[in-house]
Order: sequence, then C-alpha cells, then structure tokens
Amino acid sequence: MRAGLILGAVLTALAIAAALLSFVWTPFDVTGVSIADKLRPPSAAHPFGTDHFGRDILSMVMVGARTSLAVALLAVGIGMGAGVPLGLLAAARGGWVDEVVMRGNDLVFAFPSLVIAILITAAFGPSAVNAILAIGIFNIPVFARVTRAVALPIWTLDYVRAAQVAGKGRARISAEHILPNIASLLIVQGTIQFSLGILAEAGLSYVGLGAQPPTPSWGRMLAEAQTMVTLAPHVAIVPGVAIVLTVLGLNLLGDGLRDALDPRLKARLA
Amino acid sequence: MRPLIRRLISLAVSLLVASAVIFAVVDLVPGDPASFVLGTGARPDTVAALREQMGLDLPWPVRYARWLGGVVTGDLGTSLAYKTPVADMIADRVLVSLPLALMALVLAVAVAFPAGMYAASRRGRAGDVAVMGGTQLGIALPNFWFAMLLVLVFAVRLRWLPAGGFPGWGHPLAALKALMLPAIALALPQAAILARVLRSALIETLEQDYIRSARAKGLSRGQALRRHALRNALIPVLTILGMQFSFLLAGAIIIENVFYLPGLGRLIFQAISQRDLVVVQSAVLVLVAAVILVTFLVDLAYAAVDPRLRGR
Repeated sequence: MRAGLILGAVLTALAIAAALLSFVWTPFDVTGVSIADKLRPPSAAHPFGTDHFGRDILSMVMVGARTSLAVALLAVGIGMGAGVPLGLLAAARGGWVDEVVMRGNDLVFAFPSLVIAILITAAFGPSAVNAILAIGIFNIPVFARVTRAVALPIWTLDYVRAAQVAGKGRARISAEHILPNIASLLIVQGTIQFSLGILAEAGLSYVGLGAQPPTPSWGRMLAEAQTMVTLAPHVAIVPGVAIVLTVLGLNLLGDGLRDALDPRLKARLA
Repeated sequence: MRPLIRRLISLAVSLLVASAVIFAVVDLVPGDPASFVLGTGARPDTVAALREQMGLDLPWPVRYARWLGGVVTGDLGTSLAYKTPVADMIADRVLVSLPLALMALVLAVAVAFPAGMYAASRRGRAGDVAVMGGTQLGIALPNFWFAMLLVLVFAVRLRWLPAGGFPGWGHPLAALKALMLPAIALALPQAAILARVLRSALIETLEQDYIRSARAKGLSRGQALRRHALRNALIPVLTILGMQFSFLLAGAIIIENVFYLPGLGRLIFQAISQRDLVVVQSAVLVLVAAVILVTFLVDLAYAAVDPRLRGR
C-alpha cells in the first residue's frame, strides 16, 4: 500500500519536526507556570488548552516529543549495536557459539522491558537513561534473532562460498557480504522497534520509571493528567493522540518500507 | 536424550540463570536495607544486629543459596515494610494479576480470531482494509491511555463499571466487574497484533495445494478456511500468543497502576519505593519465571499442533 507508506512518512516527519522545532521555538514557554490559566480548554491562544499549571499543552507535547523520540532512538541504537553483531556471529559460527548466543537471547527475552526497568530502577533510581537502557537491552535479542534468521540462508549462497574459497574470514564475509544484504530488513525492524520504544517509554514515564520532572514527556503528561481527566479531558487526550499518531506513523512507515524493499513479501502478504 | 528431558533441563537452567541475574541486580542496590529499616538515628550496634538477623552479614553465595532454597520450599522471607511473609503477599497478588492476564488473553483471542478470519476471507476488499486499518490503530494505542479513556466513558460518564479498586474474590461478581475494564485495556492492543498475524498466516496457508484440493472437492471458501487453513495457521499464532502472555503479565504492571488493583505489579512498585528488596527480588522472579514457563509450554504446544515437530 503506497498510501500507507506516504501517510507513515508524513506522520513520522511531523513528530520529528515538532521535536526539532521545540529546540528553537515553542508557542509558549513550558517552564512558565500560570495558575490563573490552569486547565483551560482548547482556544485560539492555546490550540490544545492548558494543563494544571497553566502551561500550554501544545508546547509541552512538542518538547515531550524530544524525550520520546530520543529515548526510543537510542534504545534502537543499543539493540542494533549489540544485537546485530551477536546475530551475525551466531550465523557465522554455528555450533555451540550459536547455541550460547540464542539461549542468552531467550533469557534476556524473558525479562520484559518493564521488568528490566524495574530492576535498574531498584538499583540506580529512576531516570530517562534507565528507560533507554531498559528498552535497549530488551531490543538486543530482537535484533540478534532477526539478524541470525536472515543471515543463515545467505551463508549457503554461492557468492559467499566463493568468498570463503578466496580466503576471506568469517568476520570479513559477515561485514562485506552478509550485512549489506540484510540491511534493508534491519531498517524495517529498526522502525518497528522505534515505534515499540515510544510506547515503552510512555509506559515507563507513566509509572515514574522514565524521564523525571521537570523534563516533559508524553508518558508523564498522561500520569499527571490522570487525576484531572474528569475535569479536563483534553489534558489526557492530547498527549495520548500524539503517541498514537507517532507510533501509527512509524508502523505504517515500517510496513511500507518492507513492502517496497522486499516485493516477494508484498506478493505473499498484502 | 529424549527431547522432553532435554527441554526440561534447558527450562531448569533458564530459571536458575534468571534467578541469579535478579539476585545479582538487587544485590547491587546501593544502601543498606538494615539502616533503611531502622532510620538514620539508629545506633551502629542495633544496625549490625539487624543485619545479622536478616542474614546480610553472610557472603553472597550463601545468601543466594538461602534465597534459592527458600524459593523451592516456598519460604521467601519476611517483608521489611509489612512484617508479613513474602510468599503470602505474592500469592495474594498473583490471585489478582493472573486472572487479569487470563481474562485479557481470552478477550484478545475472542476478538482477534473472528477479525483475522474475516479479513483473510475478504482479502484485499473493503472489509479487509477496514479491519487492517483498525488493527493498525489498535497496535499504536498505549494500553494505559486506552484504560484512562475507558474509565472516562464506562466508569465516569456511563457508570457501568468501577473506575478502580478491587473488592476481593469474596465478592466474585464485583471482582469480575472490577477486572473488566483493565482486561479490555490490556486485550485490545494484543488482539490487534494477533488478528494481523492470524490473517497473514491464513492467507499463506490458503495458497497451499491442499486448500485448492479441498475447494475442488466442493468446500466453500469459508469451509476450507475453517476446516483446513485455520489449523495450519495456528503455529505462528501460538508463537505470538505465548509472547503475548508475557507482555500481558508485564502490561498488567502498568494497568494495575491505572486501576489501583492490588496485583503483583503494584506490589513491586510499592516495594521499590519502600526499599523492601526482599519483596522486589521474589516478585520479579515470579514474573520472569512465569514468562519462561509460558514459553516452555508454547514449545510443547507446537508439538501438539504440528506432528512434524514431535521428537525435535
């Protein structure tokens, strides 16, 4: 579906643009507290209304986008940085190396990111860095698994055999022949993990294990909105819609990229 | 070695390593639980005495072995904050979290199967596009936010269901009502994922030769789908279902906070804020062990669904 790809790209670009723009400009100062203006419904001055401190919600959502996107992106970086080499190693060596890597993966996979976050928080206290680590660690086995699964069949192909005969080592073959062949799939998986990371970050900040005050984040805005949701529903609705649109955009982008990069999959699944 | 025995050994190893990881992390926690319990004004010899009583003066291998022995015998020690046995506290909380996760799983399956089968049978047509669009939205929905919206509509505006709290299983009907909204909030995003997986798996099997044969011998599309394709599409669905159960258990941690449910997740949060690490350690282990156990059971279920996988 071409339309999905375009819609996904537009939504994703919008979220990134809002986050980047917030560094130089927001409609209002997010640190500006004005109790007289608290919990105002959407108006011309405040298109998304104000929160319980009278802060402009549009500005908060823009600044919050930074936290969500940065945490999710860094977590994907951790997952890829550790997971892809592990997956390549498992595929290249096979045997007991493969077994150890995959069993290790299963073990990490048994710790949902929320549980990892809880453990890290128990040890070091809550922070946005914890959220990055927790989601990143959870991403490692995901990337290792995907990498191994798509790298394994490539090892049986003729040109890889030829490279082996030519005397290239396994590490070099992995880097020069396997990785370029699986890069597109890794990008697709990266997009999916990026969107899952945004959901996870929101959940972690919501329960107080992620970004700490005064850093605005979508999850924390929702946590603060919970007690006021009956008085001023817009306080809870706006950040939630921001999350949904961003995650939706990334998912559509990932699906669209997959179809565009791998026509065989499209023929089978579309 | 018999396959089942090999799997059981690997299960035991996984559980053991997981317990070691949890113990190590919780052991890393800075600060002395004994001084935390007694407060800053405590005399050093009082702290030392409590440390000895709590077994904190022992070397870590001994403490780990003691904890592990306790896990096996069901004696998980005493909560520092509540002075009650940790095992009892966890058992109480599991009685909320487990039914919640199961209800959510049943709901997710009940929604996902009809939706996925309908979409697969209408492939490429308006019904398919509508269902798939809906699932995209469902996947993007943070479950705790969806929970807040549910409360707003069904508890605050319509007053059909409670907004939070749990009356206990002494009032079965009220208890089920209290778990209804949390279960829906947990189930919907998972149902969306499940419906998509089921649809893809069904579409793939529908292209197989035996479906063509079934159609040739006179079965309608729907009959071929229900009698032949569904069973063969179950493998990927089972995989996702197993993974989802662990997501549901973990997701329940957050949802319990939205609805003030006295489940395992809330227990872990309270225990962390009170530095009640004896509780954190064992509660997290229960959660992780549940995930490992479910994965193990899903592996066994493969063999039941697909005879080709037996003996592997």
